[in-house]
Amino acid sequence: MLRLASATAIGTVFGLGIVISGMANPAKVLNFFDLFGTWDPSLVLVMGSALLVTFIGYRFVLKRPAPAFDRKFHLPAKQDVDLPLIAGSALFGIGWGIAGFCPGGAIPALGSGQPGPLIFVAAMIGGILGATGLRAAFFRRQALA
Amino acid sequence: METTFTPLQALMGGSLIGTSAVALMGLHGRIAGMTGIVSGVILPRGDWGWRLAFLIGAIGATALILLLTGMPFSIESTIPSWAVLLGGLLVGIGVTFGGGCTSGHGVCGIARLSTRSILATATFMAATFTTVFVIRHLLGGF
Repeated sequence: MLRLASATAIGTVFGLGIVISGMANPAKVLNFFDLFGTWDPSLVLVMGSALLVTFIGYRFVLKRPAPAFDRKFHLPAKQDVDLPLIAGSALFGIGWGIAGFCPGGAIPALGSGQPGPLIFVAAMIGGILGATGLRAAFFRRQALA
Repeated sequence: METTFTPLQALMGGSLIGTSAVALMGLHGRIAGMTGIVSGVILPRGDWGWRLAFLIGAIGATALILLLTGMPFSIESTIPSWAVLLGGLLVGIGVTFGGGCTSGHGVCGIARLSTRSILATATFMAATFTTVFVIRHLLGGF
């Protein structure tokens, strides 16, 4: 129970950060990427300060033997740079540039009750499900061959 | 549509995002990546309770802002619905193959100095800059 309350509180802090920084607002996000038009540099300060706090915080936190509510830290094991990483990231960037939402911006934006974030998140879930199915089918074929 | 540069809100919001990432690692041992959290709820595997709790908190943040300031949160976007739909679909496919997004790769991954995350972030930022340039300056916008 304490564990779920903690996760909810941490999610709330994340959502507050996204909303206060303006990153739930597609107009602001897209203007960061419009260097030759209505440029708004806010996003670089958002990512920079988030990165700085995380970089310093992780140094302290990951020195401990284990997190408070789990037996171990769950860190990604994958190290290799492959085609899905680069092609997938490129596709993500194209989608971000079209709609102005990234996953972290869209989820808190759902709280606005406006249709835009809802359409985006529904389509994104469709994309996640489709891509996961496609990947599973590909690996099955590879295993059979 | 013009938006104003808001350095104070940007730094405050960014610091809160970072604080959330550090707390999630320190208390739960998890990466604060929205892609992994959403995927882990819609395709429930193993431990999904904390992920759902995190999402509820993230969506509920706007209600807290309304409660504290009395101002409802609203977004500005002139993007037509078909484009929002297309963008969402591409983002969903892209983050699944790419294994993360702005929060997971861009913040948590780079903070761990992960080569994969640094390359992923450079790739999606470049792709977004290019896409916005093409849409706004070559195609004349939506």
